[in-house]
Amino acid sequence: MHIMEGFLPIEHAVGWSVASAPFVIYGIHAVKQHIQENPEQRMLLGVAAAFTFVLSALKLPSVTGSCSHPTGTGLGAILFGPAAMAPIGMVVLLFQALLLAHGGLTTLGANIFSMAIVGPFAAAGLFRLARSLKLSFAVSVFIAASMADLLTYVTTSVQLAWAFPDLEGGFVASFVKFAGIFAITQIPLAISEGLLTVVIFNALIRFNPQELQKLKLLGGREAHA
Amino acid sequence: MKHHQNLILLILVVLLAVFPLWLVEKPAPAADGKAVEIFAGADDKAKDLIGDISPNYTRWFEPLMEPASGEIASLLFALQAALGAGFIGYYFGVSVTREKYAARRKAADEGAGAY
Repeated sequence: MHIMEGFLPIEHAVGWSVASAPFVIYGIHAVKQHIQENPEQRMLLGVAAAFTFVLSALKLPSVTGSCSHPTGTGLGAILFGPAAMAPIGMVVLLFQALLLAHGGLTTLGANIFSMAIVGPFAAAGLFRLARSLKLSFAVSVFIAASMADLLTYVTTSVQLAWAFPDLEGGFVASFVKFAGIFAITQIPLAISEGLLTVVIFNALIRFNPQELQKLKLLGGREAHA
Repeated sequence: MKHHQNLILLILVVLLAVFPLWLVEKPAPAADGKAVEIFAGADDKAKDLIGDISPNYTRWFEPLMEPASGEIASLLFALQAALGAGFIGYYFGVSVTREKYAARRKAADEGAGAY
């Protein structure tokens, strides 16, 4: 999902940066406030950030014959709400843009928007929806995390198709081409991310139920399951 | 039970990663006889597609710093993964130990423990 440095026209680069900025600023505020009220959850926030660090470094092979990586944003979005992931995602993307020439500064706004905004909001929304439909905790986590991963890559495809519409087929034809590269490749990876997020939640339920209860993710009954 | 479930989930993740290696056939060499790269990054493929759609597009900003080689790049990616995995491991290590001692203390308080 990393749009490479310099590969978005200037207007698009500026536009996505402007669109992402308020989310990042609000996210920083939200994280600060949350940690002030719950200082004992600092470590858990670190786990959410660490999970994104690990998963976005793992380039996995896919059935399309190319490699891509998961995003790891679903975990933090479910735990701390979607806004918290905007600044965390930005840190990861900055690390990769500055040290690895993976992504870039001019495309940072667009990459934040897909990975650290669309993904986390999708995760948080789908998690709530799945829980309200009485789906089990693990199934809800799986749906939220895997769809967040997939929708991040769909967003990247939209961004590129918008910037580079096909000469004949326009936006739609271009979107189909980019989605063919990004979204199809991502399907097995999204499943992997969903499974790994469930693994982490299983461990949290087993060893840290009191923190999940404080985050209102678990009722008293489920904590002892 | 939960431990069992996590083991199964982790095995599934490994299978999902290994399966494509076995499934995808190596593409035939291109017309000029050059071997076509397999399992290249999707980001690179997207870059090539931009070139196909808009051949006149020129990159207007270059990365400030590029890893000196593929090896250095994989070093940095490994570092990124190690930092994250190390932290997660530390967190759960602390959590497991805390839970173990809490259970021992409880058993001792109830006078039922042999600890």
